[in-house]
Amino acid sequence: MSTRTLVSPTALARPRGRAVYWTVFGAVVVLFALAFLFPVYWMVSGAMKSPDEVAQTPPTLVPEQWHLSGYKDAWELMELPRHLWNTVVQAAGAWVFQLVFCTAAAYALSKLKPAFGKVILGGILATLMVPAQALVVPKYLTVADLPLIHTSLLNDPLAIWLPAVANAFNLYLLKRFFDQLPRDVLEAAEIDGAGKLRTLWSIVLPMSRPVLGVVSIFALVAVWQDFLWPLMVFSDTGKQPISVALVQLSQNIQLTVLIAAMVIASIPMVALFLVFQRHIIAGISAGSTKG
Amino acid sequence: MTKTAARPPAEAIAVRPVQAPPPAGGRKRRRLADQARAYGFLLGGLICFALFSWYPAIRAVVIAFQKYTPGSSPEWVGTANFTRVWHDPEFTAAWRNTLTFTALALLIGFAIPFLLALVLNELRHAKAFFRVVVYLPVMIPPVVSALLWKWFYDPGAGLANEALRFLHLPTSNWSNGADTALVSLVIVATWANMGGTVLIYLAALQSIPGELYEAAELDGAGLLQRIRHVTIPQTRFVILMLMLLQIIATMQVFTEPFVITGGGPENSTVTVLYLIYKYAFLYNDFGGACALSVMLLVLLGAFSALYLRLTRSGEEDA
Repeated sequence: MSTRTLVSPTALARPRGRAVYWTVFGAVVVLFALAFLFPVYWMVSGAMKSPDEVAQTPPTLVPEQWHLSGYKDAWELMELPRHLWNTVVQAAGAWVFQLVFCTAAAYALSKLKPAFGKVILGGILATLMVPAQALVVPKYLTVADLPLIHTSLLNDPLAIWLPAVANAFNLYLLKRFFDQLPRDVLEAAEIDGAGKLRTLWSIVLPMSRPVLGVVSIFALVAVWQDFLWPLMVFSDTGKQPISVALVQLSQNIQLTVLIAAMVIASIPMVALFLVFQRHIIAGISAGSTKG
Repeated sequence: MTKTAARPPAEAIAVRPVQAPPPAGGRKRRRLADQARAYGFLLGGLICFALFSWYPAIRAVVIAFQKYTPGSSPEWVGTANFTRVWHDPEFTAAWRNTLTFTALALLIGFAIPFLLALVLNELRHAKAFFRVVVYLPVMIPPVVSALLWKWFYDPGAGLANEALRFLHLPTSNWSNGADTALVSLVIVATWANMGGTVLIYLAALQSIPGELYEAAELDGAGLLQRIRHVTIPQTRFVILMLMLLQIIATMQVFTEPFVITGGGPENSTVTVLYLIYKYAFLYNDFGGACALSVMLLVLLGAFSALYLRLTRSGEEDA
């Protein structure tokens, strides 16, 4: 299935066209390998060099001797299991909280017709206009001393979980999807005696798998990749996620060990991407074609 | 769907009379119960938005006019925070750096992904491979890409200078030189983020009807003319959207300067967000931090509003 693009198929079929095509193709392959794959290789192999070798000029392309001790030291010295676990807890919690509260709210706004529903939706959409990072300081103050109950969520995973729910983009995505669900299916469930919660659980959610998948990936990636917010809220070193811990520990650690830790920190998200790449790439591409 | 269709219509009619006469005041009570239920579903989300979006937005503006340190009672100071922040020599540097960063990011981080998408769209082989590879850096945590490039930029054993030496080019100070640091950071940000942009451009390029190119070619348009008169006008909307998004995103840059350069050398990479962070967590001056936040908020809010308006009108057109 080839549609006509910038260059016509007839031009490509000519010997000269074919020569140009394969030259460009080769150049792009080399460029991509150098620009995107090589840094990853450099990181993975750099961690296996000896401390002397990693600092030498000119650098070696292949480690003279493959050491696994860099990875082992990173795992132990930098307490990676603990920081990885912290990140997993933070990301998983944010994911669950977002799925529960955002779907419930989106369902209410889409199907239950609450009074002032339009005003509330407007208020939620208005937050899309506020650049997230610019609000990070007052948000920090709120988390440090919650209004009315005056407790602090600092150094508590709730400081990641609860603000993650206030995600207008994901909520709107869910609401728009729920809007498209046919009314009569939900009404049929109601006539059969299903309550609102039951309808949401057994009718709406199963039909919403694609959008729930997208929201899940967004939620997980966002927490895993975030840096400034966890840097602010987790001053307790033992509770920091891997991104913050890496930066905090990067000063006083051997380069090979740091690089190994960087590789380890990248593995979960890269693995997630490689497993779900079709869906992720389709999701990103779909976002634009509408425009 | 099948359930409703299978239900005999007679039964549906038969049910109705039973429900029809509502007891006096019942409808109102019923509606109240419905409302309570709807708000029950909304509650969690509503509380979170109130606490972590609406309240901080209002609070930023309030604190901007207060002398505020956590623990002591706030004191109204009028516009003192704004004037103090304004006269901070780092203020000028931070805004200049942020705006330069954004401009460079538009120049480098915008032309390159577009050209890349343009070329990729012409390739007939290994499309899936290119798509995965270009997006790979996006999935590497930003902190890791920042640390990775910090190592590449290292004046001694760094790969960046090694590459220059290999090409017999003069070496550079990269992130360690006051005049090259900012560009070095833009390169990192472009490398790390362009995967998404390339994919969106690719999708946009694929939606261009092929007849337009055919017609242009029949009219004798060369390659560059086809790009200029077909490709760019056809993707103009996406270009504009991504440009706005890029401005909004790059003006909030923090991780790269914080991790790679620490704002230096000579304040050449202090950004507005970095300065906000400094005011709050180094100087413990939350009034100043909020005054800066409000300035950033006003400027970026305008871009975001424009973006939302355009996407909405774009959706209506489609």
